[in-house]
Amino acid sequence: MKGSIEISRDLCKGCELCISFCPKGIIALSDKLNMNGYLPAVFNDNGECTGCAICALVCPEVAIEVYRG
Amino acid sequence: MKKVFTRPKSLKRNTFHYCPGCGHSIIHRLICEVIDEMNLQDKVIGIPPPGCSVFAYYYFDVDMAESAHGRGAAVATGIKRAFPEAVVFTYQGDGDLAGIGTAETIHAANRGENVTSIFINNAVYGMTGGQMAPTTLSGQKTTTTPYGRDAILEGHPIKMSEILALVEGAAYIERVAVNSPANIRKTKKAIHKAFQVQLGKLGFAMVEILSPCPTNWKMSPYEAWQWIDKEMTKVFPLGVIKDITERGDAD
Amino acid sequence: MTGNAAIGEAAIRAGCQSYFGYPITPQNELTEYMATHLSRRKGCSFIQAESEIAAVNMVYGASLVGVRTMTSSSSPGISLKQEGISYLAACELPAVIANMSRGGPGLGSIVAAQSDYFQATRGGGHGDYRTIVLAPSSVQELADLTHKAFDLADKYKIPVIILGDGILGQMMEPVEFKHEAPAELPIRSDALRGARGRPSKFIKTFTSNPAELEEINWSLFRRYELIKRDETAYETFLAEDAELIVVAFGIAARIAKGAIRTVRTEGLKVGLLRPITLWPFPYEAAKELAKGVKQFLVFEMNMGQMLEDVQLALEGQGEVSFYGRPGGVIPTPSEVARVISRLYYQKGLNK
Repeated sequence: MKGSIEISRDLCKGCELCISFCPKGIIALSDKLNMNGYLPAVFNDNGECTGCAICALVCPEVAIEVYRG
Repeated sequence: MKKVFTRPKSLKRNTFHYCPGCGHSIIHRLICEVIDEMNLQDKVIGIPPPGCSVFAYYYFDVDMAESAHGRGAAVATGIKRAFPEAVVFTYQGDGDLAGIGTAETIHAANRGENVTSIFINNAVYGMTGGQMAPTTLSGQKTTTTPYGRDAILEGHPIKMSEILALVEGAAYIERVAVNSPANIRKTKKAIHKAFQVQLGKLGFAMVEILSPCPTNWKMSPYEAWQWIDKEMTKVFPLGVIKDITERGDAD
Repeated sequence: MTGNAAIGEAAIRAGCQSYFGYPITPQNELTEYMATHLSRRKGCSFIQAESEIAAVNMVYGASLVGVRTMTSSSSPGISLKQEGISYLAACELPAVIANMSRGGPGLGSIVAAQSDYFQATRGGGHGDYRTIVLAPSSVQELADLTHKAFDLADKYKIPVIILGDGILGQMMEPVEFKHEAPAELPIRSDALRGARGRPSKFIKTFTSNPAELEEINWSLFRRYELIKRDETAYETFLAEDAELIVVAFGIAARIAKGAIRTVRTEGLKVGLLRPITLWPFPYEAAKELAKGVKQFLVFEMNMGQMLEDVQLALEGQGEVSFYGRPGGVIPTPSEVARVISRLYYQKGLNK
């Protein structure tokens, strides 16, 4: 299963929970502040994403949309 | 590829004011997913508490009304008795439900009111800056227990789910947590069941949700989520405390 | 029937859908009447709640969804309800609260007193708000004003307090009910009943924006001005040629009438001003009387509460004396007659 995610840069509060729980470790913290002064999470799309949606499940801000297919 | 995860319809598009890693945001989303799946958006009346979630009405796209501190169960009772077709839920913190609102909660359960209580247990008074809650753990440091909660002076953490399970009118009581993907899925199932119990007129339903408060626990979000497993579940074990429905699982 | 029962019957005939209460002397007959007569009516609810606090919050819930609803208690229980009343007033929710007051402060006594006047009229809970306060002085008036209370509450979206007392609640008098119970229970159109066919809404006053709360306060008070203009009610008795006006409300006014009749037979020119709405208080009526009369005697079963409103009303135009008996002691008409005539002669009104 191939998958992909979209993280809304300005909804993210940089809590890093998606980073902690991603089974593939392909989410990382950006080094650029977002509009609200947080360092948001960014998706390192290297083709490994399966669309498991664990990141979206744990994201408190509903900042992640997940695609699979 | 098709979209497999998106914002539930009944969750408004406002940015949450909650802290990074707070459990409220996740729980709001889960409740909205359940409301969408059960098609309840135009029947629900929600009663948020004073506390961090006093602004719940900015997020839930359903009819809501504020309540005095602790009185949610009584307000829900009044609503349900006057308008039984409404699907009523209270959303209450640990001070609200287990402190000031203990009498109202126990008696609403005792009368078997067909309402659903979502009980957010984060072992601290969040909005007011981190004071002791009725569910604060022994030894836990808070701003009003700076030396750690002392059993002799301050008593023990109170276990509302177990207390309410003893009450005849309580039909379904489960304790869950939102500190891992697996637990988040279980929490959603429990919320689903708690609304079903109301629709089935089976009595009082409550889901106690162990929820992280990174800010007042003075931890990072991930550490706070770990702390729930390491410490909170020792005092507040997860699982179904009471279930009078025929099938033990949520459907 | 008794006053307590009359309140219940009048409420039912006004289309009251629910009653939430708690036993406390001297109003238990009302709670019991509703348990017997309201609980089995179609679509209606009765709960003996776990506390007066729970009861007023149940009223809040029922009012949210648009039905006519009420609670009742007596003085200490009304103290418990103050937070709930503040919330009702803040959120503009109609409700009727009957206080069959008794001696206080503290646990006090179980017999009638009038020492909750401040609590009722000064908005006993926190914040700037008012509630309409009605003061009946007979069982008939209890019935009439209970019905009116529901109408006023709905019209102005405000809690209405019926300030009775233990005597009125327990005395038995003939009463005529002028209304039949409606075929359909009334439901307010602006009620919170689920977002069907309209956007969701929320009812609250909490705000982190002081300017928003300021406007809410001003808006409430603009409405209070309308209530003052249109709903102030009072009665005068033998006031036209009076040299001394007794001011009294509720049961004290009944006693005062008896006293006034007695002293009138002795040629003393005494009249009565009886406020029926304690809020809004009939300041204008008192001022009007003060144009011709200089002596006022405030008589109430407390330590001097309505006294202050009378003093406010007169603004120094006239002398105000006071006779009060607190704690549940029931003054007799002959006792009050003696007080009136002594004052009358002391002030040289017989000349």
